[in-house]
Parts: sequence; C-alpha cells; structure tokens
Amino acid sequence: MADHKAALRQYIQDNFIMGSNGTKFADGDSFMELHILDSTGFLELISHLEETYGIAVKDEEMVPENLDSLDAIDAFVARKLAA
Amino acid sequence: MLLHHAFESSCARLPAKTAIVCGDERVSYAELAGRVDALASMLRVRGVERGDRVALFLDSSVEFAVAVHAVLRLGAVFMPISPLTKADKLAYMLGDTRAAALLTQARLQPVWQDALERSASVHSCVVHDAQGGRTGGDRVLGWPTGAAAVDGSRSPELIDQDLAAIIYTSGTTGVPKGVMLTHLNMCSAWRSVQAYIGFREDDVIGLALSPSFSYGLYHVLMSLGLGATLVLERSASFPVKVVENLARERVTVFPGVPTLYSAILGLSNLANYDLSALRIVTNAAAALPDEHVRRLGELLPGARLFSMYGMTECKRISFLPPEQLTIRPTSVGRGMPNQECWLVDELGRRLPNGSTGELVVRGSHVMRGYWEKPVETAERLKPGGIEGERVLYTGDIFRTDAEGWLYFVARGDDIIKSRGEKVAPREVENAIYALDGVLDCAVIGVSDELLGQAVKAFVTLKPGAAMSERDVIRHCLARLESYMAPKSVVFMDDLPRTDSGKIRKLDLR
Repeated sequence: MADHKAALRQYIQDNFIMGSNGTKFADGDSFMELHILDSTGFLELISHLEETYGIAVKDEEMVPENLDSLDAIDAFVARKLAA
Repeated sequence: MLLHHAFESSCARLPAKTAIVCGDERVSYAELAGRVDALASMLRVRGVERGDRVALFLDSSVEFAVAVHAVLRLGAVFMPISPLTKADKLAYMLGDTRAAALLTQARLQPVWQDALERSASVHSCVVHDAQGGRTGGDRVLGWPTGAAAVDGSRSPELIDQDLAAIIYTSGTTGVPKGVMLTHLNMCSAWRSVQAYIGFREDDVIGLALSPSFSYGLYHVLMSLGLGATLVLERSASFPVKVVENLARERVTVFPGVPTLYSAILGLSNLANYDLSALRIVTNAAAALPDEHVRRLGELLPGARLFSMYGMTECKRISFLPPEQLTIRPTSVGRGMPNQECWLVDELGRRLPNGSTGELVVRGSHVMRGYWEKPVETAERLKPGGIEGERVLYTGDIFRTDAEGWLYFVARGDDIIKSRGEKVAPREVENAIYALDGVLDCAVIGVSDELLGQAVKAFVTLKPGAAMSERDVIRHCLARLESYMAPKSVVFMDDLPRTDSGKIRKLDLR
C-alpha cells in the first residue's frame, strides 16, 4: 500500500499545493483543517480515485473518515480493492 | 442599541443553555460569556481601543463567535477574513485598515506568519491552538484560557454611529474594498430580516456557510443574540455529514446556497435522515433551479423556503415570501421591512413597475462607504431625496413585474458569481499575469450547472514558453481563494481585441 500512498501524496502535491506557499502535511493530517482541499477539491479527489483505482465511491462513503487524510484514503482504497 | 447588546442579554438570561455546538464541543452561554470576557480583557491590556480594526482570520468555530463579541465589547471594529485567503491578500487587508490586532489559529500559520511579517500596524496576534514554540516574536500570543479577568472591558462611550465591522468584498479593479458597517447599519439589517423571517429563541440554527461572509455572519450574530442554539458545520465538503448533523441536532433553521443544496439533493440516501425539525430553509447568493425548489418542497413539507437577495453593502435587500414561491419561482421577492428600493434608468430617473433598470436601496442598513476609497464609495452611494441622505446604487440590473416583484437580470459589472462567492476577473487575471511565460490573459464567467458560473481563463504565452492548464490552475490555487481559481484554461495564439487594443471579452463567451 506504500505505493498508493506515495502516488496519492504526489497527486495532492501536484494538483493542490505549490511552491513556497506549499503546506507540509503528515500522513494523518486533515486536508480540510489545513485548507488543502475544499468541497470542489474533494470531488476532484474522488474522481481521481475512481479513475485511478477503478472503484466506485458511494454517497455514504464520501465522509471525512474515508477521505480526509492520506492514511484515511489509503485504508479506504485498500478496503474497496479488497471488496 | 449596539450590535453586541443582544448577545450580552442572552448570556444573562440563559446562562445554562447551549449557545454553540461545533464538532464535539458544546458551549453554554455562560461559558461563552466567560471566553469573551477573557479575550476582551487580554486585548484591552494589549492596547486595543475603541475604533481600532481587528482582523479575524479564523475557521467557522466557537473562537470566531468569541472574537466577534470580544472586539465589539471593546468598541473596536471586527474584520472577518475568509480562512481561504492567501498571504498577499491578508497582508493587503491588514495594511489597508492598519489593523491593530489579528485573531487567528495555529493551522493557518503558513499564511498569517508571512502577512504578519509584512505588517507594521499589528501589535498583537492572538493564536488559538498554538503549540508552544512561538515564531513571531513578542507580538504573537496564545489564546487566553481560564476564567474571565476582573476587567469588564467595556467601552461605554460607544454609540451606534461607530463602526462595528469592515467586511471585504471583491472590486472590479481587482483590489478588495472594505465595506464599513456601523452598529446602526447592522442592527437595522438584523431587525428587518427578523421582521420577515421570525427566528425564535427555541431555534437550532445549522450553519454550513462561512461566517466570514455577510450571509453566514448574521446567522452567528442573530442566533446568539436571540438566545438560540447555533450548530457550526465544519464538514460542508461532505454533504452526508451535513445531513447527519441536521438530523442529529434537530436543526430548525438552515441557510444555504445553490451549490450546497445541489450537493445535498444529490445524495441517494437522503430519505434515511429525519429532517422534520427544519422549519425555515433559506437560499441566497444565486437563484435555485426550479427542480431544486420542487425537490426541497417534497423533502421538507414542513419547512418554509425563502429566496433572498442581498449584498455586503447593506446585508439584505429582498426576500420572496414562501407562499409566493410557486406563483413566481424566479423572483427574489420584494424589499424587506423598513427599507425602500426601486429601479432607475441610466439617468437615475425612477422607473414604474414593469421596467428594467438598476436597483437602488434606501435604508439605515446601507453601509457608511468603502474604507478609504472615496471614488468607489461615490460610485455606489449617491444623494437621496432628503438633503444629506445617501442611497445605495447596487450596480445590479433587475426587472419588476406589474406588481413590483423583483427579478434579477444581470450584474452591472463583470464580477463572476461562482459557488455563491464573488470573483473579480481582474484579481484572477493579475494572478495569472504573475506566471512566468504568460503574455496575455482574460478571465470570464461561463454558466455552469453546479457552480452557477465557472471561472474560465484564456491565456496567450510568450514565444517559447510552455505550460499546461493544470499549471495555471495550481498557480492560482496557491495565490487566490480556491473558489477564484479557474476551472478551465484555454490557450490561444491571440486574444480578440477592439480597435483600441482592449481585450473583447464578449467574443470569448
């Protein structure tokens, strides 16, 4: 799963964070609280996960517990792929 | 009557009642009053005085409500600043108002630290959740904890002509303008809204909007002023969470904007939640699509849905009574109580019902002007019918039907409304011009089902330069509030121009 996490970190870095204004975040940090992602950003993230991993994210799965940190997404994607 | 008096009366009357619910935190009026006292005392000791400007760079939180009331208590002027704001703009606002203090939080440090370093006026920066290891020198202090100080920190000489708030709004020139609001302005707006909407002490007000903008801010002020319970929703990005909280807290009042309703109505499992406690649902910032009006009516048969229109310069202008919604669904209603509004032609002549023209507003809720911007102020505030009076020329074009109900036609300027927020094309263009390799650019709003309008940029590059759409968007995300970043970018060899060389935006649509 380490590969997923590194790839996801790269995706967040490339798409939502940049240069000297870049916010540093740990694997467990909340994207929402650090203002890395807003509502549109989360929708983009979900589309990215669906396309990259071929999973379908249901409405009830669109919650911070599944999406609001690298650790959370990593665990969520792993669960979805195993299902 | 001053803006914070109602809150103080709630604290005295209902000490044990829950004032604010935010995540796991539930704070009573007595506890809230204590926190306001503690912060006000600290700011007074630090030298904040009547009339001083104090910036609030905070998330929707208990601290935000504490900060508003502590600043008002001192007779100072609070400036709510969206936590999405980036360092350059924050520095501009602190400098523009020569702010004396900045109230903020540790998580926003990457932004405020940079702005603070550039500010000569801020003598105190109070940081919530600071984790030791201060980095900003002796200007930076931790948020006060513990019991209220002995000092009552009142400013008895304050009157309702004094400024209560400065709220920034986007200007067409790309430079934000600070809307100056007196205690009288804000109390008047409050009373007019309350006269038609009828919030009650037993209401539970669910706020998923940012309190940094006028629409959300007044729900904080009115909820606490009426002694109601305010539920602050921090997870507005997750519609399931919003709906869960509405059901769990038995929320009775819910203000929203079209993008928020669209996210909620898009949930497939909506029927699983009991939303029957909702009795008032409001929409502002942009029109709700007919289909959403219909579905909200079906989903919430017991709730009254108000369509409203307003602007920061006077808070609210019109509302459509819920019983009119099926009769004239696209109207934003008529003027609210204790306010007069009418349409004028290009020469400023008052138009009869059934006309199209610029909306003009008269009332004691109309702002004092834009902070230190006399030219911009003169464009909006013009002489009224009574000697010395000034009325607000909104710049927005409306039409009226035969009975005088208002229908929005167009903005008089080129401001884009995306996700319910105002975006000045010039501000986005300025950011894009800062990108190395950009020769020219133009930004417009294009209609978008989800966002109302989406920000679209057209860019020409210098010879030899290369960049992708994502590069431009990412660059903007780093410099602008996220809702201002373009959703799409088109690269062109040339931008269409008029004979005089101006970019012809009409040809880009």
